[in-house]
Amino acid sequence: MINIIWLLMIISGIILASLQGKPEIITQTAFQAAQAAVKYSLELVGVMSFWLGMMKIAEEAGLVRKLATILRPFTRMLFPSVPDWHPAMGAMLMNLSANILGLGNAATPFGLKAMQELQSLNREKEQASEAMCTFLALNTACITFMPTMIIGIRLSAGSANPTEVVGTTLFATAAGMSVAVMADNILRRIFRQGV
Amino acid sequence: MSQIIHELSRWAVPAFMFFIPVYAVLRGVKVYECFVKGAEEGFGIAVRIIPYLVAMMMAVGIFRQAGVMDLIAGSCGPFFEFFHIPPEVIPLAIMRPFSGGGALGIAAELINAYGPDSVIGRLASTMQGSTDTTFFVLTVYFGSVGIKKYRYSLAVGLLADLTTFMASVYIVNKVFL
Repeated sequence: MINIIWLLMIISGIILASLQGKPEIITQTAFQAAQAAVKYSLELVGVMSFWLGMMKIAEEAGLVRKLATILRPFTRMLFPSVPDWHPAMGAMLMNLSANILGLGNAATPFGLKAMQELQSLNREKEQASEAMCTFLALNTACITFMPTMIIGIRLSAGSANPTEVVGTTLFATAAGMSVAVMADNILRRIFRQGV
Repeated sequence: MSQIIHELSRWAVPAFMFFIPVYAVLRGVKVYECFVKGAEEGFGIAVRIIPYLVAMMMAVGIFRQAGVMDLIAGSCGPFFEFFHIPPEVIPLAIMRPFSGGGALGIAAELINAYGPDSVIGRLASTMQGSTDTTFFVLTVYFGSVGIKKYRYSLAVGLLADLTTFMASVYIVNKVFL
């Protein structure tokens, strides 16, 4: 499916640019985007190293384990295939905590780390495991208590009340997360019966 | 309220950096060596996602710059009207699953153009604060470990995006109108 979407995005862009007689848009955009991607990932090296270093300290000190103990009732229900004390659980919890608190640049490092750990538990290496699907469902639609970035933008745009959207965001994300968890659960059962 | 959140986000990282190592030292952890050991992994993971980032950002860039997105936004008008959704936020709704940076740009534009305290400004704020970039998360996260079959993840992600969007429209209309 991703193959088709990817192809459609590119082809539709090329066709439309050609109709406007501006093929150079495509050339420019393609190379600029490729460079931007590399720049992003190199910037990520620093942030990643920082957060993974901090997480290692938290892990050795037993703090991640504590967090996992507190949240065990939820994680057991959401990730029945991941053992309680597996490193994957710790990384997933750190990722979700970062998402909830709106710490955007911490979420990606923990998320990528979690995927690595989940892959070590995965039997079919080219196919997403059930735990991965659930984790990504939570990740793409995570409840947010503090949309830090947007509050900053509203503040600088001169809003009389920059945080008035905290409540509406909480509502919208709670709805999105509920649907994501339910849809994941239902589709998992359907896929188990042989797709 | 605004002040509290602002202060919290100012202090979050320094607080983490203070309490975690101090707690760890008290429990006999060699903090410096431990930090380095964890940080070591950062490079490998960040570099491994480059091909997936290039593929995704290139496709999104072309899709957007060539005007396909605007075209889709334009033809979706009647559908959005039916649900009482202001047409101004359509590009944001379409951009959101594809590109975090792109969506943030559109949201900032809307907030500045219509004012942060207008209905459109509030709706754009709520939408931007709400969903994550589904395509980015899926391609990069799966790509980093070599997963090729996404199974039902994409369907779940897009369904969640749609839900969050509709919920944003609903709650903003309810609370602020």
